[in-house]
Amino acid sequence: MRVWPIFKKEMRLYFASPIAWVILTIFLLVAGYFFYAIFSFFTLASMQAAMNPALARDLNVTDGVMRPLFSNMSVILLLLMPLVTMRLFAEERRSGTLELLLTYPVRDGAVLLGKYLAALVVYALMLALTLTYPALVAAFARLEWGPLVTGYLGLLLMGAAFLAVGLFASALTENQIVASLVTFGILLLFWVVGWSADYVGGSWGRVLSHLSLLEHFDGFTKGVIDTRDVVYFVNFTGLALFLTLRALEARRWRG
Amino acid sequence: MIEVHDLTKQYGPVTAIRDVSFTVAPGEIVGFLGPNGAGKTTTMRILAGFMPATRGTARVAGYDVFRESLQVRRRIGYLPENVPLYTELRVGPYLEFVAEVKGVPRAERRRRVADVLERCRIADVAHRRIGTLSKGYRQRVGLAQALVGDPAVLILDEPTIGLDPRQIAEIRALIKSLAGRHTVILSTHILPEVAMVCSGVIIINRGVIVAQGPIDRLVEEFFPTARVQVQLEGPREAVREGLRKIPGVLAVHDAPGADGAAGFVVEAPRGRDVRAEVFRLAAEQRWPLTELRRVGATLEEVFIRVVAGEEPAPEAEPAEAAR
Repeated sequence: MRVWPIFKKEMRLYFASPIAWVILTIFLLVAGYFFYAIFSFFTLASMQAAMNPALARDLNVTDGVMRPLFSNMSVILLLLMPLVTMRLFAEERRSGTLELLLTYPVRDGAVLLGKYLAALVVYALMLALTLTYPALVAAFARLEWGPLVTGYLGLLLMGAAFLAVGLFASALTENQIVASLVTFGILLLFWVVGWSADYVGGSWGRVLSHLSLLEHFDGFTKGVIDTRDVVYFVNFTGLALFLTLRALEARRWRG
Repeated sequence: MIEVHDLTKQYGPVTAIRDVSFTVAPGEIVGFLGPNGAGKTTTMRILAGFMPATRGTARVAGYDVFRESLQVRRRIGYLPENVPLYTELRVGPYLEFVAEVKGVPRAERRRRVADVLERCRIADVAHRRIGTLSKGYRQRVGLAQALVGDPAVLILDEPTIGLDPRQIAEIRALIKSLAGRHTVILSTHILPEVAMVCSGVIIINRGVIVAQGPIDRLVEEFFPTARVQVQLEGPREAVREGLRKIPGVLAVHDAPGADGAAGFVVEAPRGRDVRAEVFRLAAEQRWPLTELRRVGATLEEVFIRVVAGEEPAPEAEPAEAAR
């Protein structure tokens, strides 16, 4: 499996073009703004609590800063991640380089994995750069490390699922905008599907809430690693990647 | 090296190629000719393992392009029609990526890349981004990526399109130098190019192969007579009559010169040279002789004849038709 050369090439393309830089910048800018707003609000609340000790009981950094930050970041990711993956197959198909790439002696699976890993590394870089926020928090307050780690693990798993869906959509079309819209549509549906669980009720309600990306992410921000959530994201990612592989191979079978 | 048998490809209701069969011997350079839309690119894509055929088989280096695709892809270098390249990458790193993907061992990679840079004369742009290169350079980068890893078979779709005459000559020389070591199948519609570079041709029209074989044999098959272009300034009918009376002449056709002067093409059996007699005729009649030259039938004429749909009639006496 020649995954490595494909991976290297994709990383080069990410950073040789402005895409990776722009995504990183925008993500950090928006996430940074949210962090600033949340942290300022928390500071204000702490000062009020200093005068009224009764309020101070409920105040902690995990619930007051990190959890809102994580859920804000997850929404930014919902909007930004389709842009990370839209190029991967669509652009190669449009420019014709896919024809060349797929006639090199590499398996379709290796091409897919190389591209997926490159997107994952770009994403991990996005997340790694946000570690400055908890570092800032830790400089001024006592930070609980457990929920921090699980929160990031949750973001990583959820992002991995986002990227897999994005790759799938990108393999279907030669238009990057279509790829990113389809990705966004699929992700948004899986995001909100749990909302109707309450009034559907019964076992269908449970199915709907189990399908929801949001429901499975929530636990991680509280510091809980539930194997059901992990399995959900791993399955979600696996299925999307499998479908992408099928979409790529379809070309070989469509006589 | 390349064996294609009854290959058919349909895109929905449209048949791109029908029952295409040919073979290319190892070390041979074969030109694949045909008007636009004849099915050249489709055939090449199937050979390169990019898409499957609807029916029929194709084998490259003994491996089936469909069932043993990976084995085939290890042995080919492919240059698609419009030279798709990653415009954001630099030439050197791009070729190193291609070498790595083709499985060239790490120790040899740098040397092999330097080698193709040299052979395709693009060493001076190795550090440039592909997107900033001119069409000619991109074409050569495309050729370089096909050559990386020294594949046994090269499939080149229009390798000289969009180049200036000097670059065309260079690429031709390069392709010609591949003969013997590589088996090459190249498509083009520049016919003189084929005559210069290729040992054999395959002509395809509307998805069907209409002629194939060595160029001189094809020319003989389609134009079995020796022909001489004559321009004599004399009374038209008398000149025609005089020419026809030369022993061995099979037919005399009108072929007006560029300046509108009366001209003729005289056909005689292959091996019979009528030029001396034409000169004598002119001298006897005191008709000024302004042009007298042998015209060989070219591949171009063969191409036009087969593509225009005219049935080759090597058995029929052309003289009969003329009389």
